[in-house]
Amino acid sequence: MSIIRSHVLVCGGTGCFSSGCKKVQAELHAALERHGLANEVRVVESGCFGFCKMGPIVMVYPEGAFYCQVMPEDAEELVKEHLLKGRVVERLLYKEPVTEESVALFNDIGFYKKQHRVALRNCGKINPESIEEYIAHDGYQALARAVTRMTPEEVIEEVKRSGLRGRGGGGFPVGRKWEFARVSKDSIKYVVCNADEGDPGAFMDRSILEGDPHSVIEAMAIAGYAIGASQGFVYVRAEYPIAVERLSIAIKQARETGLLGKNIFGTDFSFDVGIRLGAGAFVCGEETALMTSIEGHRGTPRPRPPYPAVKGLWGKPTLINNVETLANIPVILLHGPDHFASIGTEGSKGTKVFALAGNINNTGLVEVPMGTTLREIVYDIGGGIPGGKAFKACQTGGPSGGCLPAELLDTPVDYDSLIAAGSMMGSGGLIVMDEDTCMVDVARFFLEFTQDESCGKCVPCREGTKRMLEILERITKGQGEEGDIQLLEELAEVISKASLCGLGQTAPNPVLATLRFFRHEYEAHIRDRRCPAGVCQALLSYHIVAEKCKGCGLCKKVCPVEAISGELRQPHMIDKDKCIKCGACVAKCPFKAISR
Amino acid sequence: MERIKLTIDGNPVEVEAGTTILEAAQKIGVHIPTLCYHPELRLEGACRICVVEVEGMRNLVASCVYPVANNMVVKTNSEAVRRARRTIVELLIANHPQDCLVCSRHGECELQDLSRQLGIRKVRFSGEKRDLALDESSYSVVRDPNKCILCGRCVRVCAETQSVSAIGMANRGSDSIVTTPFNLGLAEGPCVGCGQCINVCPVAALREKDDTERVWEALQDSKTHVVVQVAPAVRAALGEEFGLRAGSLVTGKLVTALRKLGFDQVFDTQFAADLTIMEEGHEFISRLQKRENLPLITSCSPGWVSYCERFYPDMLPHVSTCKSPQQMFGALAKTYYAQKAGINPAHIFSVSIMPCTAKKTEAARAEMQASGYRDVDAVITTRELANMIREAGIDFANLSEGEFDLPMGMSTGAGTIFGITGGVMEAALRTVAEMLDGQELPEVEFQQVRGFAGVREATVRIAGQDVRVAIANGLAQANRLLERIKAGEAEYHFIEIMGCPGGCIGGGGQPLSKDPDIRMKRATALYRQDMLKKVRKSHENPAVQELYRSFLGEPNGEKAHQLLHTHYHARSRY
Amino acid sequence: MEDRKCTGCNCQQGQDPRFEELAKVIEEYRDMEGALIMVLHKAQDIFGYLPEDVQKFVAQGLNLPLSEVYGVTTFYSYFSLKPRGKYRIAVCLGTACYVRGAAEIVSAIEKHLNIKVNDTSSDGRFTLEVSRCIGACGLAPVMTVNEDVYGRLTPDKIPEILNRYE
Repeated sequence: MSIIRSHVLVCGGTGCFSSGCKKVQAELHAALERHGLANEVRVVESGCFGFCKMGPIVMVYPEGAFYCQVMPEDAEELVKEHLLKGRVVERLLYKEPVTEESVALFNDIGFYKKQHRVALRNCGKINPESIEEYIAHDGYQALARAVTRMTPEEVIEEVKRSGLRGRGGGGFPVGRKWEFARVSKDSIKYVVCNADEGDPGAFMDRSILEGDPHSVIEAMAIAGYAIGASQGFVYVRAEYPIAVERLSIAIKQARETGLLGKNIFGTDFSFDVGIRLGAGAFVCGEETALMTSIEGHRGTPRPRPPYPAVKGLWGKPTLINNVETLANIPVILLHGPDHFASIGTEGSKGTKVFALAGNINNTGLVEVPMGTTLREIVYDIGGGIPGGKAFKACQTGGPSGGCLPAELLDTPVDYDSLIAAGSMMGSGGLIVMDEDTCMVDVARFFLEFTQDESCGKCVPCREGTKRMLEILERITKGQGEEGDIQLLEELAEVISKASLCGLGQTAPNPVLATLRFFRHEYEAHIRDRRCPAGVCQALLSYHIVAEKCKGCGLCKKVCPVEAISGELRQPHMIDKDKCIKCGACVAKCPFKAISR
Repeated sequence: MERIKLTIDGNPVEVEAGTTILEAAQKIGVHIPTLCYHPELRLEGACRICVVEVEGMRNLVASCVYPVANNMVVKTNSEAVRRARRTIVELLIANHPQDCLVCSRHGECELQDLSRQLGIRKVRFSGEKRDLALDESSYSVVRDPNKCILCGRCVRVCAETQSVSAIGMANRGSDSIVTTPFNLGLAEGPCVGCGQCINVCPVAALREKDDTERVWEALQDSKTHVVVQVAPAVRAALGEEFGLRAGSLVTGKLVTALRKLGFDQVFDTQFAADLTIMEEGHEFISRLQKRENLPLITSCSPGWVSYCERFYPDMLPHVSTCKSPQQMFGALAKTYYAQKAGINPAHIFSVSIMPCTAKKTEAARAEMQASGYRDVDAVITTRELANMIREAGIDFANLSEGEFDLPMGMSTGAGTIFGITGGVMEAALRTVAEMLDGQELPEVEFQQVRGFAGVREATVRIAGQDVRVAIANGLAQANRLLERIKAGEAEYHFIEIMGCPGGCIGGGGQPLSKDPDIRMKRATALYRQDMLKKVRKSHENPAVQELYRSFLGEPNGEKAHQLLHTHYHARSRY
Repeated sequence: MEDRKCTGCNCQQGQDPRFEELAKVIEEYRDMEGALIMVLHKAQDIFGYLPEDVQKFVAQGLNLPLSEVYGVTTFYSYFSLKPRGKYRIAVCLGTACYVRGAAEIVSAIEKHLNIKVNDTSSDGRFTLEVSRCIGACGLAPVMTVNEDVYGRLTPDKIPEILNRYE
């Protein structure tokens, strides 16, 4: 029997996995073996730390030292210095981008300082494949309390009092949803966890499933107890193999431990969870489509009413919550609804996880109290825009949301403020765009997404988004016409008012939001045949600014179609007829002498 | 039942809880346009044509699926509703061929109607249109995916009413299409050719395979002797095509019209129906006496026969070996009639006019050449006949009443009711009962087998024993009945199955109708004709009796077997 | 399973042991409500894609209309009806990757392999697909080649990466 004196947590999330964490793990094992430490130091593959950009991430406990971008060849030094001699390896610590100062401890890093981790509380802290570790971090205590000491009504009352709202998009009060499912009379009911996270650029649900799967299972069991269900399903994307595997392991462990199955905690309450895989259809994130998909059909939405709480899966009352929503539940029951409600704003309680991505320094997952401003997220946590470029917009709410301009950076992030600003919370993707982004092109990108993901059932969404996309494509190709903007607006109105489900109803949002804040860009494309951000190829015209050109000849060499001519040390010229607008010369020019 | 009070366009209305807004509006005569909605099919709420505004709601709601609520204030014609409807129709037209002038549904197209009703004068959207191949693989049904507006009515009728699912939705988003698996075509899958999909299609995406050109050619050719047979259900529906009241019986005008078109002999499928009863009646009696392969199941409906071959091959021994009346007629036209009339059967062109599209496939079956020739050369539907009559410039409504030619135009009331669900059973009982009892029936009508319920059953006392019979109409109902039998929950001696709801009167080749009572009206017409017939029992048909005497010999005899009976093959439904 | 042997087509099910494996999967899932999608996932794991005879076999095994199976396989983008290359390249076109130049990565691969998206190279080595967000936004733009993930891509890195795959 050996005593473990140190834990080395190696992040095994998808981000770090892509950065090569498996090799780092192997090298750490080898180095520990070499130094005879294998019995006193344990290497643990943990869930996502959220700071994907800095991966692979390694943390050493009990000190809490935070090492980033650790390469396999760093393992030897890390073991020899830190674990053998007890000296922190300065070189591998995180350095703040502005001050260049090394930060040893996790909680001191700017990226984490302003965060408040509730849903992500265990991610990166525990081994997600160990139920013992989850239990050691208060896991399943909330379930125990609920089923042994509370009535279902009391559980629902606490959830209501917490003010928790659905984290999947709409922001419906969770306690009320539970109550609706509770009062539906039926001997069979279901709890469904929506893990069909489809918003491009959002991956908080995946991180939770990968890093803390038991919290979701525990919450589902609590929900089952509250509404009177004995079967749950997790509907998870097949594109998340690690999450699926961790979830399967967790379910198996929970069954073996008696935390799922018959007579949980010796009570009459029985509950089990099954996994159902999605198969690549964004619309299945919509709750009625999700149920249709679980039933084994084409994932097309069905009209509501009847609502799932009344008639859901196989016609039975069904409660559907998404992963992040559920991850909050054990905390509410454990620390009390009032504690949860003390975080956040009047109308939006608790925290929200955002996937910070795009043109921003610190990409990754961040969890902040509701009401934090966009500016704090983008600049204080995200570290601002790389390359000294200017902030242009940020997109929240994914393809259903909208782009907010710099003037609205002080908008507090909560359900109502975002809607008032012309966007929405959505599931929590937050994409930052810099000055080089064309907003018409962004709108086109989102429309392309929604029209591709439209299920095709209802006419406004199926035919309408297709025509909207065609109009946007025309505009970005320089073939826009007067009246196109009006036609877009008219179509948008009908699509959002008459579509069958949320996907269609929100599909025009990116267009409407960009029209609201960046209308001049549309007009420039249509009237002046110009793309102000220099993105839309058909509208670009490359030329060399003679005053800036030093005649180095790099552009001439890189041009694939020999469109550039000029003598050495003399200003060069671009032949517009030959130019294919590939942009290779712009990228190559050291003097920024080529404009478009 | 709880009553709900609401207002629609300012008019108060009170309905039962669970009623949809559309139903409530219909109740007070407020017309809301629909497209994917069909009263006999599951609700989809997909096309969004029927959207209305409900006070207090952010979005418009689809009235066909939205239930009423107390104090609801509904506007069916607000500016937002109007804009949505117009845009939706415009979007559909933008992705639809604009060849209305030469379209088979010109004048009978729901999309055209909507466009006219909403006054659409311009389509503001241009861009990509679907460009897919026609599916002409089936003898019965042609699919034109480019005309499809994806309302899904055909998919639902094929799955829900017929339990066949030959077609389904495939792909996603704007690539969505209604198609057969792997786009292989209807002939490759389980399609039974019933044509119910055509009847519910709002546009020309589904239509019968048009065989009129072949019939015109035969009629124009002076060397060809063209005989025609007309199924019972045709005479109860053809009038609708010419503005006559639904349920008008147009037997006489029909005969005159056929003569005017140039058919050399105008015969009646009902003659062959009487013959079918003779053969099938004897088959039943023999099986009943031997207690062999019971229940006996009728075989007149080719949609049902195809269905049985694909979905219940183990039940095939129960299916009567009798050919359908159409095929019995065909086999006799080129043998018995040719002989009698002294015409070389090679020069006979045999046409049948049917309420049914599956009959086209049946006539094309390899084994259907007992006469040594193709027994039936061309099958056209009631709708196709109407097209021919129109093209020939015949003023149908004002035609004089003609009489069928003899001998194969002579029939009884039993032959007439073949066109209605339960009719074959009733006709058979009229004959079987008399044959077994050896005395005249006190009451010709067997009311207990009539009606439109999907599955009906009755026990009939014949010659001292209880004969248990069952009737199913529509293949999903047949499926229900057969599953009960297979599960041992029910036992019968004799079963009638017709592939289409209501029987042949509701066939896939009948005039399109939006009248919810249309099947009942057509049935009433046929029952009326039965009552007016002097002879109402098949075995009393003198022309049939003469046929056995002079040509066939005994019912179920050798010659009868050779010409009038057939066999079936198990086929894959995949 | 004897009664579930395919009768309707000329497929090679009799000779192909993979169908036995699939039959076992179907047996395992038969009583599960709504099993179709789960069975199709397994079938695709076994065969690499979902050819016609596999879909027929599944339809038969689960006693479903083939049109329903075909409707499902063509609805979900995860299912492939075409055989795919030995290596499947999937370029993430999530928003984060898009704003960081994923479209240029796609063109670079198209050019390098001389194929278009959803095609397979003539030597059967590579299939190029685009995928929705795989959640590695921190490394955008990202692509995967089978199980391997490549992040922080630039067009000039493409030839070197693809040349690693034989």
